[in-house]
Amino acid sequence: MNMVNAINQAIDLKLEEDPDIVVFGEDVGVEGGVFRVTENLQKKHGARRVFDTPLAESAIVGSAVGMAVAGLKPVIEMQFSGFVYPAMNQIISHVARIRNRSRGRYGAPMVIRMPYGGGINALEHHSESMEALFAHTPGLKVVIPSTPGDAKGLLISAIESEDPIIFMEPKRLYRAIKQEVSEDKYSIPIGQAKVLSHGSDLTVVAYGALIREVQRAMVKAKDMGISVELIDLRTIYPIDKTTVIESIKKTGRLVVVTEGPGSFGVGAELITIANEEAFLHLEAPPKRVSGFDTIVPLPKGEHHYIISPDKILFEIEKTVKY
Amino acid sequence: MLEEFDSFKTEMFQVMDPAGNITKPEHFPKLKDKDIVGAYKKMLFARTADLMVVSYQRQGRIYTYPPNQGQEAISGAVAQIIRKDDWLVPAFRELGAWLAKGASLKEIFMYFMGFEEGSLFKNARNMLPMNVPIASQLQHATGIGYAINYKEKDEIVYTFVGDGGTSQGDFHEALNFAAVWKVPVIFIVQNNQFAISVPFKTQTASDGIAIKALAYGMPGIQVDGNDFLAMTKTFEEASEHAGSGKGPVLIEAVTYRMGAHTTSDDPSKYRTKEEEDEWAAKDPLVRLKKYLMTQKLWTDKEEETITGQYKKEIDRIFIEAEKHTDYPLEDVFKYQYADLPDDLLLQKAEHEKFLNWKASRK
Repeated sequence: MNMVNAINQAIDLKLEEDPDIVVFGEDVGVEGGVFRVTENLQKKHGARRVFDTPLAESAIVGSAVGMAVAGLKPVIEMQFSGFVYPAMNQIISHVARIRNRSRGRYGAPMVIRMPYGGGINALEHHSESMEALFAHTPGLKVVIPSTPGDAKGLLISAIESEDPIIFMEPKRLYRAIKQEVSEDKYSIPIGQAKVLSHGSDLTVVAYGALIREVQRAMVKAKDMGISVELIDLRTIYPIDKTTVIESIKKTGRLVVVTEGPGSFGVGAELITIANEEAFLHLEAPPKRVSGFDTIVPLPKGEHHYIISPDKILFEIEKTVKY
Repeated sequence: MLEEFDSFKTEMFQVMDPAGNITKPEHFPKLKDKDIVGAYKKMLFARTADLMVVSYQRQGRIYTYPPNQGQEAISGAVAQIIRKDDWLVPAFRELGAWLAKGASLKEIFMYFMGFEEGSLFKNARNMLPMNVPIASQLQHATGIGYAINYKEKDEIVYTFVGDGGTSQGDFHEALNFAAVWKVPVIFIVQNNQFAISVPFKTQTASDGIAIKALAYGMPGIQVDGNDFLAMTKTFEEASEHAGSGKGPVLIEAVTYRMGAHTTSDDPSKYRTKEEEDEWAAKDPLVRLKKYLMTQKLWTDKEEETITGQYKKEIDRIFIEAEKHTDYPLEDVFKYQYADLPDDLLLQKAEHEKFLNWKASRK
């Protein structure tokens, strides 16, 4: 199944299991979402549990806070991550901090799903990767899957979490990868990275849509005799330091690949971890490959911005030859 | 009354005039004499506490505080109507309503002394902490309303916002969602004429706030917020409406903040003595007291005695709150997540190393 099917199945399984789960957002009900991620869920579970809201992101998140406080478990959709900004006040001021403010009396456990990232020739505001904003916000956890199987297992964990989860879905991969995925309910723990390929010369850390680009680069790297260890971060926060540090200690080299603007981003965090925890093991300066600190260009200019396998290979080679 | 009210005429609902005369006996709320005396006492307690906090602040014994003086009838009326299981979603200027819901004065003092524990409200069922990001709380009220309907509970949500808050997009979104979802939420706008220094006419070109309800598809009513009886009657009807599945209600309570926005504010910069005097003549406590005295239900002597008792009690509670001085480092971390990331434990451990180092140098 593809990632759309996998996410749909995770939500469906949880809706069946837990009567307190409600699923809502713009167009998620009748239409099943603009990407059809919630297709048929309203038909199956009813319009009281899966429904369309008026068009207002702040109130989608803000009312989810009230629902969560009153005992429901909202699994809500922001149609595109580029439209989440009106809801940032609710996310930062309430979703992320009601537990602390109320000394643990109330929490806002919810999943805020949003497709993110570029590469689909979309309109303005539809292509960005701003996960660092959420990872920087105390009180949130941020999850980004890269495969259908991970998407299903991570989303089930996210829905079962007592903490609010920002669940960012690489829309470029929604239908791009098909995989055997168990029809059963299973979960993948939040906060655990996965070593996708073992290698000895260099560690590459990536997540989401860029995993596939790194894997493409690795085919060429292998031909060049470079052995790459690839880590899929899967959870941005809490970040799995242990897996990353152990790998850097082994390879002595680190390249971080992220799609969003590089400065002050996830790559910066990973390089800090390398410096603080594996400094004496480093054979070369850790390097980040990231989007520019610009807006994502419109489709005709997007090829300049989107990170290609060759760009990754270029940095891998430089780092290994340093 | 609620359905009949025509917000197009922008008439303000009033039962008792500023002299304490009953002008609309047909709208007198379902209150017995002893209820009204009880409500007056609660309002008097809230005002006494409020004025004392301002003076404690001046003495440097508590941090910034938003005074309630002049707005007590609104919270006083909510206190008469709100039930144990109903929800209270506050802004930050509803002292009487918080106390009625079961928040303790000690907790409230602790909050303004700088402890999150003051937001715990141990004995207040279904009450959220105070809300500073203006109008954002209204959406929580709407969401709670959805949960009430979903779980088929007999509960109503009371939520507050100021006149300034009605300019926020969140006000619009919360009311719009609430009406579409037909949730049992009573939106209370305390129109106290100023958002800090900005007067109502700079806030909106609308002829009042209640009229906005019309377009959302819910009843709206403009009420004399300094008239305890009118406010109580309004909440009686609003709770009947919301509680019977007819959806939300918007109430604009026209009042005046007699004190400063917060203890850090100086109202003389933006309003005149004449205006303050004009509103002082409409003081909600004075008005209700006039009524009670005409009815021979209250005397100056009683007021003097009970105010003295209140002052002693409030001071005792304040001193008790002042004894709470300990804010352990652990408390900074332990409530941030249900499942605390190891990283936060590490940050705490690193800081403790620093503290030990610092202690060893003494």
